[in-house]
Amino acid sequence: MSTKNWPLWEVFVRSKSGLEHRHVGSLHAADAKMAMENARDVYTRRQEGVSIWVVPSSAITASNPAHSGELFEPAQDKAYRHPTFYDLPNELKHI
Amino acid sequence: MKDQLYQYLLMLGDNAMILGHRLSELCGHGPSLETDIALTNISLDLFGQVRNYFQYAAEVKGETNDEVTEDSIAFMRYPHEYRNTLLVEQPNKDFAFIITRQFFFDAYHLPLLEALMQSKDEQIAAIAHKSIKEVKYHLRFSSEWVKRLGDGTAESHNRMQTAVDYLYPYIGELVQETPIEKEMKEQGIGADLSLVRSKYYEKVKTVLQEATLSTPQFFGFHDGGKKGVHSEHHSHILSTLQYMQRTYPNMEW
Repeated sequence: MSTKNWPLWEVFVRSKSGLEHRHVGSLHAADAKMAMENARDVYTRRQEGVSIWVVPSSAITASNPAHSGELFEPAQDKAYRHPTFYDLPNELKHI
Repeated sequence: MKDQLYQYLLMLGDNAMILGHRLSELCGHGPSLETDIALTNISLDLFGQVRNYFQYAAEVKGETNDEVTEDSIAFMRYPHEYRNTLLVEQPNKDFAFIITRQFFFDAYHLPLLEALMQSKDEQIAAIAHKSIKEVKYHLRFSSEWVKRLGDGTAESHNRMQTAVDYLYPYIGELVQETPIEKEMKEQGIGADLSLVRSKYYEKVKTVLQEATLSTPQFFGFHDGGKKGVHSEHHSHILSTLQYMQRTYPNMEW
């Protein structure tokens, strides 16, 4: 038996109520078609979704955890960037 | 007439139960996490169908015998009372066997259910209607793998051809009409197997060709399962399947 693994794929599923596809996990598959079938079996067996995307994990460029200091921390003390200082009229919904 | 309907339901249910059991043996032992889950999903689908058939069978039998339940039908019969075909009791030799057996069953199962959706018996028509979506996916899964492995590496091709050569002589029994099936067909309850057969063989031929696998040349099929005459593998399945109920009668958990 070959010890070589199939490539890794990232799986995104859109739920019935959701508008966007959300990352749900990853799996191994030889190609996109198999990745799609595997995703159906592994990630939608409890009625989780109505649409699936599969993306080769190698196509994803991830931020480097070592850089999280300069990337994310400067936002921490800038609470004024959150629009929480306005009084919203009652008529406004879905904000 | 009621007894023939009962026997017919056993034929439908037993195929799904024995194949479902074979697939359940793979739980935790599939070649990869993904195929392991896929095969056990199929197993669960089949057991869901079995429950529908046996609940109805218990109802049919219940008019004369109120001791019969879906569990007693599943667990307390003797080997010769099981009416599954020989194909589905064949062992899990390797992944090629598992996939080929699955494909040979699914390609028959789909046209069978299409026919049963037209059944005059409302219960059978409803079960067929509910099951057919599952079976469409089973067939898609297994035929995809037949093509992938048949038209894959030299190793996968050889293993597939070995499995096809071994299992092909069992497919005729699926569409060979027994007296019970003939009676059910004439009453508009059962499927017309001659129509199922032409669709079945056509599908098998197309997929094997696409998979670059050759169709074995031979004369005559193995049969007997539908009449209760099984291969040696069958009793081993039953001893595992029935162990708990035989050892602790009427146990529940």
